[in-house]
Amino acid sequence: MRDVAIVSFAQYAVAHTEHDEVEMLVPVITEVIERSGIPKKEIGFTVSGSCDYLGGRPFSFVMALDAVGAWPPISESHVEMDGAWALYEAWVRLQHGDIDSALVYAFGRSSQGDLRDVMVTQLDPYVLAPLAPDWISLAALQARAMLDAGLCTERDMAAIAARSRRDATANPAAHVKGDARVEDLLKNRYVVSPLRVHDCPPVSDGVAAAVLVAGDRARKVCKRPAWIRGIDHRIEPHSLGVRDLTRSPSTSLAAKKAGVHGRKVDLAEIHAPFTHQEIIVRDALGLEGGVAINPSGGSVGAPDRRM
Amino acid sequence: MESTAVRGGALKAPYVLEYTYRRSVGPVLGRFLTSLREGRIEGVRTPSGKVLVPPAEYDPESGEAVGDFVEVGQSGVVTTWGWVEEPRPNQPLARPFAWALIKLDGADTAMLHAVDAPSAAHMKSGMRVKVRWRAERVGEIQDIACFEPELAPNLATDSPKSETRSSGGAR
Amino acid sequence: MSEPSDPVRRIKAPVRLEYSITPGQTLSRFLAGVIEGRLLGRRCPSCTKVYVPPKGACPTCGVPCVDEVPVADTGTVTTFCIVNVPFEGQAMKLPYVYGAILLDGADLPLLHLITGLPADQVRMGLRVKADWLPPAERRPTLESIRWFIPTGEPDATFDSYKEHL
Repeated sequence: MRDVAIVSFAQYAVAHTEHDEVEMLVPVITEVIERSGIPKKEIGFTVSGSCDYLGGRPFSFVMALDAVGAWPPISESHVEMDGAWALYEAWVRLQHGDIDSALVYAFGRSSQGDLRDVMVTQLDPYVLAPLAPDWISLAALQARAMLDAGLCTERDMAAIAARSRRDATANPAAHVKGDARVEDLLKNRYVVSPLRVHDCPPVSDGVAAAVLVAGDRARKVCKRPAWIRGIDHRIEPHSLGVRDLTRSPSTSLAAKKAGVHGRKVDLAEIHAPFTHQEIIVRDALGLEGGVAINPSGGSVGAPDRRM
Repeated sequence: MESTAVRGGALKAPYVLEYTYRRSVGPVLGRFLTSLREGRIEGVRTPSGKVLVPPAEYDPESGEAVGDFVEVGQSGVVTTWGWVEEPRPNQPLARPFAWALIKLDGADTAMLHAVDAPSAAHMKSGMRVKVRWRAERVGEIQDIACFEPELAPNLATDSPKSETRSSGGAR
Repeated sequence: MSEPSDPVRRIKAPVRLEYSITPGQTLSRFLAGVIEGRLLGRRCPSCTKVYVPPKGACPTCGVPCVDEVPVADTGTVTTFCIVNVPFEGQAMKLPYVYGAILLDGADLPLLHLITGLPADQVRMGLRVKADWLPPAERRPTLESIRWFIPTGEPDATFDSYKEHL
């Protein structure tokens, strides 16, 4: 396996932008390339991750290439959904050995539509989507299962939201931050019980980008490359009723395959858009009690009036 | 379509994205939907003996093709739920209701649907619910209009836990 | 159950999503100019191409195009198609012509309707001008130009637009 590192990273997020995807992307892509030490024309592979349904424009990822400037023609790819998939594809591409750098970016304008309607379109079209269960409703079913199993309390969930918002005050890229007392959060109304507004993620428009470099080139361009020591992804059956919603075997297996399950780590950034999910993923990773979780503030946040 | 200028010069306009899909369902889902049209619920049995409702074409655990169809009961147990105080368009009910995963009698997996309960206080995991059929059925999941509690509500014996009140108590 | 004579084979599975879209700062400014009867392109600082409608960044260079460049509402047809087949949402009577018009001062063609002459007489090199809606009817959309119609000038030479096809 070839050593691959992240040598630069940039991001931008806001509740609602008046810019289009290209206008949001240009400053972030410019910054991430400048900071990488790799001249733009030498980047060997470009891959983006996005979901067209967020902004309502089919093939919006094609338009986004304006921010990269694809001339002379570049080697480029796009994956559905998000930057994590794009990063994985870039990492795989770099394993081939013929190129040594890749630009990865992700973007989305969720504020243009109603995310609770948009996310229904990703469900089983035969027995789920026709009932229109929005993503907060589905997460609520999982949160209730956690409460029933005694794996967390609503207070635990509120504490995660409060900690996240407090930690986000130190993160200039976070758009939801501030002090919040658990007692006050627990007075908020339910959106879909047992999830309150603070248990759910904010709606955001944003972009993120990273440059990956392989082998010795990474050491040449970056004093402290962030080496990817392991990477893996697993998925479970999609049907809600065939799984134990309180556990995540896919996370455990991916962590084992990536070589990190149960090992001592200093911090963990977990994508947990709903507060109860941090507990599920934390336990599935085998993280010890003292590990700092989501010092960036994570994915949860504040009231959104359209929720 | 009308657009409005937003202060600062950025424009805004409404936009509707619409697709009129008609999806073929195949023999397995087709049979499930056909039995719904007839007011019955069928699942499939996997080679390992599990009954899947709704049916899947292949066993999610082993990937093997599924076997016989099995009729299951029209009532079952709520395995988890969530209360919707403000229903959204296209959801099964226009008044507050509960989503639930329901394991029907004879099934080994749970299916998602709505429960028409008077309030969140009437919902709890483990309760029994029964199907309420739509009057005119055509062969789709909405032929089940929703589920309803099997027993008449009795708040004296089924005392609600404090966290089910929407004013926000917590354990 | 014995096999029913009419098993369910299909379901209706419509998708309908409502959005409130913002086109971004660059396009918003362009469309504001359209209401005033002006076509404001933008020039790339790197390759100097002028784009109409303008984009957030130059697609070949990937840099923002900040300089506004007014372009004429006259131009040359660089390519076109004749629509003969009816379709849902069709607004024009068949046959009609839809084509690419290189406005004087722009480097990339703009797509719009071409009329004012029989469809089979439309040709590359045809000189056309915008037929605008009255000011009171204009809105922030290229539909504020009804279509493009011949100016009556002699056709442009191929050399004058061959780099812009």
